[in-house]
Amino acid sequence: MIKRGYYGNFGGAFLPEVLVATFDELEEQFNKIKNDPDFWQEYSSIMSTYSSRPTPLTFAENLTNYFGGAKIYIKREDLNHTGAHKANNVMGQGLLVKRMGKTRVIAETGAGQHGVATATMAAKFGFDCTIYMGEVDVKRQRPNVFWMEQMGAEVVPVTDGTMILKDAINESFRDWVTNMDTTHYVLGTACGPHPFPEMVSYFQSIIGKEARKQILEIEGKLPLRVFACVGGGSNAMGIFAGFPEKEVECVGVEAGGRGLDSGEHASRLCAEDASVGVAQGYKTYFLQDDDGQMKETHSIAAGLDYVGVSPILSQMHDQGRARFESATDKEVVEALKLTMTKEGIIPALESAHAFATAFKEAPRLSKDDIIIINQSGRGDKDIFTIADAIDDPEWKKFIIEKAREYNA
Amino acid sequence: MLESYIKQRLQTKDILLMTHIVIGYPSFKESMQVVEQMVDAGVDMMELQIPFSEPMADGPVILKANQDALKKGARVNNCFKFAEDAVKKFKIPFLFMSYYNILFKYGVEKFAEKMAETGLKGAIVPDLPPEEGKDYAISMGKNHLSPIYIISPTTCDQRMTYLASKGSGFIYCVARKGVTGGQTEFSGGLEDYLKKCRRAVNLPLAVGFGVKNRADVEYLTGRADIAVIGSETIRIVNRDGSGAVGEFLKNLR
Ligand SMILES: Cc1ncc(COP(=O)(O)O)c(C=O)c1O
Repeated sequence: MIKRGYYGNFGGAFLPEVLVATFDELEEQFNKIKNDPDFWQEYSSIMSTYSSRPTPLTFAENLTNYFGGAKIYIKREDLNHTGAHKANNVMGQGLLVKRMGKTRVIAETGAGQHGVATATMAAKFGFDCTIYMGEVDVKRQRPNVFWMEQMGAEVVPVTDGTMILKDAINESFRDWVTNMDTTHYVLGTACGPHPFPEMVSYFQSIIGKEARKQILEIEGKLPLRVFACVGGGSNAMGIFAGFPEKEVECVGVEAGGRGLDSGEHASRLCAEDASVGVAQGYKTYFLQDDDGQMKETHSIAAGLDYVGVSPILSQMHDQGRARFESATDKEVVEALKLTMTKEGIIPALESAHAFATAFKEAPRLSKDDIIIINQSGRGDKDIFTIADAIDDPEWKKFIIEKAREYNA
Repeated sequence: MLESYIKQRLQTKDILLMTHIVIGYPSFKESMQVVEQMVDAGVDMMELQIPFSEPMADGPVILKANQDALKKGARVNNCFKFAEDAVKKFKIPFLFMSYYNILFKYGVEKFAEKMAETGLKGAIVPDLPPEEGKDYAISMGKNHLSPIYIISPTTCDQRMTYLASKGSGFIYCVARKGVTGGQTEFSGGLEDYLKKCRRAVNLPLAVGFGVKNRADVEYLTGRADIAVIGSETIRIVNRDGSGAVGEFLKNLR
């Protein structure tokens, strides 16, 4: 192992010794596929036959007229197989697992989208599959737990720590340090020790490559701004990768939870609350106390409810190469309702963060300006949470009746 | 220095014992009582773990002890105070064990200075490979403290030599893959691995992860210099109370 995987002051590979050899192998394999032109061909081919890539870039005409400012386009990762961008990363790592000759995959999941994508990939490629999921998230993302289990994965609820995404990551590492000979850990976001941030961003860059081509074909020019929600940062890295030039402003939207002042949020880059630290194998901004103990985070969106953030985004933040904003739980639900009624599109609660901030900015831009919102996933997985947030009486009645049937 | 202390002790004992506690678990008072029993039982050196919210290399027993200790108010400063009290009271070497973020947030250089001032002898930081810990190695060296590095069954020969060249005091060999607290078979399967470690490493060898009874310690005698007891004493505290640790340790060798 050499010191590697740094983005400025962020990143690295803070590994327990037992995993050093595993990471050496992973990095070697990743470098091979990165330098193999046939691999990207194989990868994009499977993404177009097993999933529906390229995903469309939809002109949101009604929202554009409603706000009367910039032209709003939506990159439709919700139409990717399993309903989110997560499949891009998972299928890429799946091909890598085949090359490494391993037979089992494990993954953490927050929203459950990454877990579902991994379970799907495991079913297709014939791998055994275990998914770690914080118990809090098991409760708020029940439909995804159901699907993972139907596809043959074992879902293990994690009851340690804060019982959410970070705790599921710890538990995945604990499995991996025992079973690395047979098992690959399919990390779901652009975080963790090197080479994960680079590798996950590499697979997700398919979003940005497509979006760039699409917008140039439709409009003949680049967008002014690109919006993406930021949990660990993989969908943001994916779309930002298509627009490296300065003229395009990349805007990452973090979970504002109950408001930045409330302390109950998951904003690492746009709030003052986070500081640089080392945990889960990498160095980045973490929401932590003065002793370096990680804090509890909050978001209505399980996939954004995380203490750390991609080291690559931390560097972009410090260098001013991307701007970071936050949207509160409330703003997110409003943006979601508006998108459903105006466009007939249901963004995931995670993705709706990007919509909320784009909606704040769109009216202030001119009609010649273009913005793209990355819709990282679809919202039907969130039906229980959204129904609660909207407080829909008919839904409640339905659930009560259903429960009665089960009790009968 | 730590290495000469170990070598000197080995002239009168076939194998040394190193034990471990999580500071503040089950409470500060009880963890000091556990230290006292350990020292009375003839333990040769001790790891004091500063609890961390994300103990990635620890299994369920130590993980839970970390979380409980934090809930009960363990802070880095009161852990230093605890270590200071232990060092003053007992004449064996004490080491810190923790995760890198604890040192990083404190300031690595400041942390090492404070360790030296407190009278600690070294540190085990399982998520800090030497490649990432250049500043740490320098600060530890400056303060005459031993950075203890870990070797695992997945470590290749060449890397064993490299790790041995970076460490001081002793090298910590984990007996198996996995996290702390799991089962280890102390038998023939370990033979080759321990021989490999001996060949590659000039420093005394400590072996831990799964050492839990007299038979395990007997197996390690002659094959290693230090047997490390980790999760087992916490299990005993959980099951029989903190008063039961001394008896258990007295029967180990
Ligand atoms: C739909 C969706 N969007 C976004 C995220 C956040 O992850 P990332 O920041 O890696 O894109 C998740 C994570 O679970 C997700 O499910």
